[in-house]
Amino acid sequence: MPIHEEHLIRPENLKTHENLVIDGIDVSGHWSTFIESRVVTDYNEDLEEEIAALPGGEFIHRCWQCGSCTNSCTVNAVNPEFNPRYWIYLIRMGMESELLRDKDIIWQCVSCNKCTYACPRDVAPEGVMKATAHWLELKGHTPKSPSTHFDEIFSEQVIQTGKIEEGRIIRSFFARTSQELMQDWLIEMVKRLVSKLPVTMLIKMGLANVLRPRTKGWGAARDAITEYVDEQNAAHRKALKLDDLVEMAKSEVKPNQAPAE
Amino acid sequence: MSSKAKEYKKVAYYPGCALEGTGHAYNRSTKELGKALGLELDEVKNWNCCGAMEVKNIDPKVQTYLSSRVMSIAANEMGHDVVMAPCNGCYHNLKKAEYDLENDDASKQVVDRISKKAGHKTYEAGQIETIHALDWIKDGIGEEGLKERVKNSLKDLKVANYYGCMYTRPRHIFPEKDQGEGSESTSEPHFMDDLLAAAGAENVDFPLKTACCGGAHTLSDSDTSTLLVSNILQAAESAGAEVIATECPTCHSGLEMHQIRAEKKFGRKSNVKIVYFTQLLGMALGLSAKKVGVHENISDSRELLKQKGIA
Repeated sequence: MPIHEEHLIRPENLKTHENLVIDGIDVSGHWSTFIESRVVTDYNEDLEEEIAALPGGEFIHRCWQCGSCTNSCTVNAVNPEFNPRYWIYLIRMGMESELLRDKDIIWQCVSCNKCTYACPRDVAPEGVMKATAHWLELKGHTPKSPSTHFDEIFSEQVIQTGKIEEGRIIRSFFARTSQELMQDWLIEMVKRLVSKLPVTMLIKMGLANVLRPRTKGWGAARDAITEYVDEQNAAHRKALKLDDLVEMAKSEVKPNQAPAE
Repeated sequence: MSSKAKEYKKVAYYPGCALEGTGHAYNRSTKELGKALGLELDEVKNWNCCGAMEVKNIDPKVQTYLSSRVMSIAANEMGHDVVMAPCNGCYHNLKKAEYDLENDDASKQVVDRISKKAGHKTYEAGQIETIHALDWIKDGIGEEGLKERVKNSLKDLKVANYYGCMYTRPRHIFPEKDQGEGSESTSEPHFMDDLLAAAGAENVDFPLKTACCGGAHTLSDSDTSTLLVSNILQAAESAGAEVIATECPTCHSGLEMHQIRAEKKFGRKSNVKIVYFTQLLGMALGLSAKKVGVHENISDSRELLKQKGIA
């Protein structure tokens, strides 16, 4: 079988024939494996601009594909499919359908910033990963990742009260992602912790659940932040033309299927 | 006395949310250490969350605002020149806000707009210096100063010093690092090694000092975090470490939690103990294990410390 580096080719693009005759010549055996040629026709020419419009994606245009990001990546070391350099390439080329093949793992960036440390072009790949994960969700390609749920729960609490209380965040997170709170390792951890703590501290921790820690006089800051975040969200929707997509979807619904006014 | 030592005699103290929750022992031991060393901590009044990583993921400029408010209060309302944050996340965010306010006009505008509406003075870059608890001891007391004060040497204790991500990366927000002699290194940080060595500990050659514990996804992608933590714990054990010294509440509780999770879910058991560097230094200065909150750690190091004659 004369194909070297076979692992570089996607299995579905490798075609092996048991018996094959071409132009009257039997090529079964040694010459019977072919690589299906790939044709990309559906470029999204706006892809790079859309990613660049989201926080973290601003500097994607600087990339010159050296691969330092992937080389230094914490997640790549445990999952070789996690490849920031490649995704940046696909985004800049507008190859959306190729990017979507990896849509379910892009959110797994742990923000260790090794890539941003290594990048000679100040692309801030960590930010690009966040922007891309955000883009996938906004466009409806993926549901909100557990990480996004966590960020939202955390940020809602900070914006509302100025502070966070960890116990409440953990409970809200498990509830919002429909997970069982009573995970065996979590129980084991609490058991080991509680067995050593003085009663006064346990009472204090319990009270934190009732009397939520908050920054005094936070109301004005809360309103100012909320106003700003709402503006940003509207700007992101516009940059990704999300409202146009909604209109398009509506016009595709036939009149007799439209809900009554 | 060096100029830094004078400046750090009394600093604004920003504990942050984690130190009021899971990082309680870090808060307690930092305060006790300050008392024992004659370094005064003046807690930032009515502080708020720095934004952590989560708010940055929703909007980086909101995180910049949140961190700037803390610095604004410390500088404008309390008159401080230095704010000390023991949590890597808080420290990182205040540094990042400082950098953005110095270099990015858009961030400046957003911070100014929200600060005005929130009714406090806008923080201006350069008003205050943000330092980590490591800088605080290293520059405020120094190794020689520590050595003079050690009553209970950490000798024979084999330590792996773990710094995590946020203390050194990305490089550009730490302009004072990598400045040669006496400064901290972003590729091979050594301040914690220096301090613990001065207290008598035997630092092991630990290759994963700045590896990531997966703290960002500690609950949302637990299996990845457990794997990353397992690697750190195993590397420390292979290097001969008996304890991992930490300087961040998120790393610390991440290591503790995923040590248990690795054992429960994947059968990967490890015996290395996880202790805050402030706890180790405090005990070296003669404070009791209880005083520095060793009993509040999930990873139970009491027996080991007793054996070593430290606790």
